[in-house]
Amino acid sequence: MSHLPAVAGNEGVVERARSLLGDNLVAVVEAVGELTLIVKRQSLYRVLEQLRDAPDLAFDQMLDIAGADWPERAERFDVSYHLLSLRHNRRLRVKVLVNDVDPIPSIVAMFPNAGWLEREVWDCYGVYFEGNPDLRRILTDYGFEGHPFRKDFPLTGHVELHYSEEQARVVYAPVKLKQDFRNFDFLSPWEGQWQLPGDEKAENPEAGK
Amino acid sequence: MTETITAELQEGQIFDPTLVSDETKIQNYMINFGPQHPAAHGVLRLVMELDGELIERVDPHIGLLHRGTEKLCEYKTYLQALPYMDRLDYCSPMSMEHSYVLAIEKLLGVDVPIRAQVIRVLWAELMRISNHLMNVGAHVMDVGGLTPILWLFVEREKIYRFSERVSGARMHAAYFRPGGVHQDMPAGLAEDIGDWAGQFHKVLDDVMVLAGGNRIFKQRNVDIGVITAKDAIAWGFTGPCLRGSGIEWDLRKSQPYEIYADLEFEVPVGKNGDCYDRWMVRMEEMRQSVKIVQQCLDRLKHLQGEPIATLDRKVAPPKRGEMKQSMEALIHHFKLYTEGFKVPAGEVYVATESPKGEFGIYLVADGTNKPYRCHIRATGMSHLQAMDFLLKGHMLADAPAVLGSLDIVFGEVDR
Repeated sequence: MSHLPAVAGNEGVVERARSLLGDNLVAVVEAVGELTLIVKRQSLYRVLEQLRDAPDLAFDQMLDIAGADWPERAERFDVSYHLLSLRHNRRLRVKVLVNDVDPIPSIVAMFPNAGWLEREVWDCYGVYFEGNPDLRRILTDYGFEGHPFRKDFPLTGHVELHYSEEQARVVYAPVKLKQDFRNFDFLSPWEGQWQLPGDEKAENPEAGK
Repeated sequence: MTETITAELQEGQIFDPTLVSDETKIQNYMINFGPQHPAAHGVLRLVMELDGELIERVDPHIGLLHRGTEKLCEYKTYLQALPYMDRLDYCSPMSMEHSYVLAIEKLLGVDVPIRAQVIRVLWAELMRISNHLMNVGAHVMDVGGLTPILWLFVEREKIYRFSERVSGARMHAAYFRPGGVHQDMPAGLAEDIGDWAGQFHKVLDDVMVLAGGNRIFKQRNVDIGVITAKDAIAWGFTGPCLRGSGIEWDLRKSQPYEIYADLEFEVPVGKNGDCYDRWMVRMEEMRQSVKIVQQCLDRLKHLQGEPIATLDRKVAPPKRGEMKQSMEALIHHFKLYTEGFKVPAGEVYVATESPKGEFGIYLVADGTNKPYRCHIRATGMSHLQAMDFLLKGHMLADAPAVLGSLDIVFGEVDR
């Protein structure tokens, strides 16, 4: 018996979603018991509305919006909406792919708690939500520049702040690290290194001389 | 964004001083509630627009405690990122670890021995009690009753003593580990927790007498911050805030994890969705949690000597004694604490019933030893967001009551 949260199975959900969403459904991924629907970005609002209003699906709670950055892709951002059906005790992830220019339709009118969650994705990833009435930054500092959760944004950031005795206020300055930023590559040195030092002598006896 | 209503003279109109009294020049008043306000539960800045003493609009500014936990996790191995979870909701640290370790275990496909599951549930419930003690007491204090929090903090301190004995840390325990828990409970701790659980209800009874039935406390909370079941669902409410509105939804019952399916407890539900119901739900949840704690302690007696973490040495480290004897154990230990374990590529969303509601971890793994993305579904974010909705038309003095009833902790909201 598993110790993981026991959610009702996803039997029939894929077929139902296919018939319900039609062309708006781009792909379906099912892994470790979790179902992900990748849908067309432009029709996101309609899709979530259909998933909420179909009585046999009834995904009536939108719990979370999460971004993820894959910089090597053309549509580099994943934006995942985690839905929950209280009636059927099911979870579903709806995902849209987007680049850093195109907007995603906002779902604030349907799920009021999307307001801040969209603001968070905007703040952290720079994904624009069209129709959000209040798309300000939320987690970062007033006047912050850049989108910190992008993979190309450095972990240390660009500015640091400290209290200045002379100016009697908090001042911003470019980050100065006392020690170089260290990011260890822990991936196995034994598996990564195919040739041990000295091995080349066996293959090429001349090399050692 | 102040709104000025002034009577303007039309062209050709004769100025009539009786038409423009002092009262027509009304300007809504903007105040900053926080960020350093004792009732702001941390670093919340509420920008309020007031019409006299009535709240017209509330704009919570969050992020003052933003530390970039999610970004930091991407630069740490799975095990190194675990202590960050304690620092989210620092009122119930182990509950935060719980979702995180379950997410990793789901991707790894690791099973957890039964003794470890019982210990996890035991501590998750102790954390629930400690969290609710804090919230229930602070809520009463916010509306003017200073005594209960002093009584409740005595009990909370006892739980922190237990936490210190089991993990070495009062708050930031880092006790739940992928595959089990870090170490076994020391001798005598289970008995001491049992003794404490036996007499804990007394303080709850005292608080109920002093605050629960108190006329002033009721006047400040009944019918304040009402949210209907439908609105609560739409606003993404979970946990006691959702149950306060009358929806019987508890992940421990509806999506049971660990051993919750085998335990006997009830889910208290409110009726009116106001501040008082949310407070009462938490009071009753503590009594139910004590029942669970006692059941766990009974079970532990029959599970003496069983493993407290998986025996899969690619996930959980070997015991120290084993390392002195076995070269392989030593290698496993070294590899686990330098390189860490690799998690197969995939994405999971795992949520548990934390004391504040559904606390979820959305983990994206790329097959290496570090999370590619670790998104934290903060419970308080949805609750705090509804402040504007809940407070519109209320009096200024209701703001602390509503804030207290939502149980906000900024470590988690800001992440």
